[in-house]
Amino acid sequence: MPPLAQRNLFHDKVRLTVTLTGIVFSVVLIVVQLGLFLGFTTATSNLIDHSGADLWITSKNVPYVEQGVAFSERKLNQVRAVPGVADAQKIIAHWTQWKRHDGGEESVQIVGINVDDPLERPWNLVEGRVEDLKSPDAIILDELYKQKLGVTRVGEVFEIGGYRARVVGFTRGIRSFTTSPYVFTSFKNAQDYTNLREDKTLFILVKVAPGADLQQVRRDLLDHVKDVEVFTTGEFSHMTTFYWMFTTGAGVAVLIAAVLGLVVGFVVVAQTIYATTMDHIREFGTLKAMGAPNSYVYKVIMKQAAISAVIGYVLGMIVSVFVVQGSQKGGAAILMPAPMAVGMFFLTLFMCIGAALVSINKVTRIDPAMVFKG
Amino acid sequence: MQSAIAVRQLTKKYDEGATGTLALRSVDLDVQAGELLMLMGPSGSGKTTLLSIMGCILTATSGSVRLAGREVVGLSEKQLPALRLEHIGFVFQGFNLFPTLTAQENIELMLDLKGVPAAKAKKRAQELLEQVGLEGKYGSFPADLSGGQKQRVAIARALAGDPGIILADEPTAALDSHTGRNVMQMMSDLAHKRDRAVVIVTHDSRVLSFADRIVRIEDGAIADSAESETIPAELLAQNLSQTVMSLA
Repeated sequence: MPPLAQRNLFHDKVRLTVTLTGIVFSVVLIVVQLGLFLGFTTATSNLIDHSGADLWITSKNVPYVEQGVAFSERKLNQVRAVPGVADAQKIIAHWTQWKRHDGGEESVQIVGINVDDPLERPWNLVEGRVEDLKSPDAIILDELYKQKLGVTRVGEVFEIGGYRARVVGFTRGIRSFTTSPYVFTSFKNAQDYTNLREDKTLFILVKVAPGADLQQVRRDLLDHVKDVEVFTTGEFSHMTTFYWMFTTGAGVAVLIAAVLGLVVGFVVVAQTIYATTMDHIREFGTLKAMGAPNSYVYKVIMKQAAISAVIGYVLGMIVSVFVVQGSQKGGAAILMPAPMAVGMFFLTLFMCIGAALVSINKVTRIDPAMVFKG
Repeated sequence: MQSAIAVRQLTKKYDEGATGTLALRSVDLDVQAGELLMLMGPSGSGKTTLLSIMGCILTATSGSVRLAGREVVGLSEKQLPALRLEHIGFVFQGFNLFPTLTAQENIELMLDLKGVPAAKAKKRAQELLEQVGLEGKYGSFPADLSGGQKQRVAIARALAGDPGIILADEPTAALDSHTGRNVMQMMSDLAHKRDRAVVIVTHDSRVLSFADRIVRIEDGAIADSAESETIPAELLAQNLSQTVMSLA
């Protein structure tokens, strides 16, 4: 077949630019909106997903990780006594106030861990070590929030909940869904910072022994430890994400923006591809008058759409990568994992082919007699 | 002898308005292989409608159209393209070349539709361009060709499918008189030297001398028909309406 589809696309550079701009805009818009949604979703359950625990034990009726209710830390021994439990650690995740040097206060979320044997620990450390948290007043926070908290370097001393706190390290990219940054510290410090009684904890993390049945261990824990709930890490992560994304307005807004991004992206692509096809409607009429079956015309249109999709996708992803990288330095992360990038290719192809189908419907109805009209 | 085109009692009604528009009324017409027939008449008389139905582009309301002995009225929309491809070559007033394809590729496209392999199509397209005097213009895009050259590419494309019937709609309308005569000479050669049935719709009285027969259509019906040898040479040079009217 002579290269009609390619030539139709590349012959008119202005039209090609308009077509590709439309597709690139759509790809970037969808990537940004879906990436933001993914970034927010991931941020809601960051702490849970990065724990090395299999099970999370909470007080009754705790809806999400930020809403932990204190219970006796003596339950830790009961948990450790249950068959199938390889390790159990208590942790605290709770809001408190950070006092800046300028006198201003910021809300932070304290994460108190067992530094000697942490099932929960700060990840992506770029300065300092987890072991540094063994010091009585040591804290680690994310470099994203340096400005917000007025921190410039390791060694600086601040006040959290009325207690001294010394920065011993920084992480990179640990975002909180809320505006309160995570501050990692030892369990003992966390009790002080959050004003939690010495014999209390908010959560117990459980690592199940290799070969043990997770659900059986869970049932046994519920039997042996009173007044608690036991969730798998996945369940608790899902509960927390669901709470933030769907119970609060913030998540729904992000979700709606993502859906709108998809819709607007599709409409832009549809309009662009439709206009490209309509530009050549007379030629398709000539093709039909010459005796080309509809399938031949469809092939040309589909090929045009597929070529547009591939080029638009590649250019769109190049722009998207820059946008995603740029977002890493901001408070709201745009995530683009590999499956999303691959999925985006098929989505772009689907959008372009879908839009081509709409224009094919129009082409099918061309009256070939149009070729006789001047 | 079997006519290349045989039209009987052909009627075409467009469903426009409350009563519809009768574009063709009981038209009878035969076109033989080796004949160049010109359809003339005022705008809106039904010439192009008749050409479109003979070209299997438009369906008739009633009557019969036989192409090379095959009845085409009543065929489905899916059957008509194949029939066009097999029997008919079109030449359009506006050339209707694909602007993004070269002259050679325009012709290759037609051959591709006929299922000719690419290498063979390339060779055949070059041969056809040589036949219409466009050797050396294989790689030229339509925008780089003159009006006459474009029409010659269109004629070469119409011939690419080796059709028995050539239908042309105002092929000289966009051309100057000298180029128009060259194109008409080519059309005449197709009829007389290559035994094609050639039907041309035209308003151009300058080209009447090329016709074997002139048919005048008025209000959807054939008003007059005259063999060209019966038309005095001096009248051929006059205005179309005067010419044909004088025969009535």
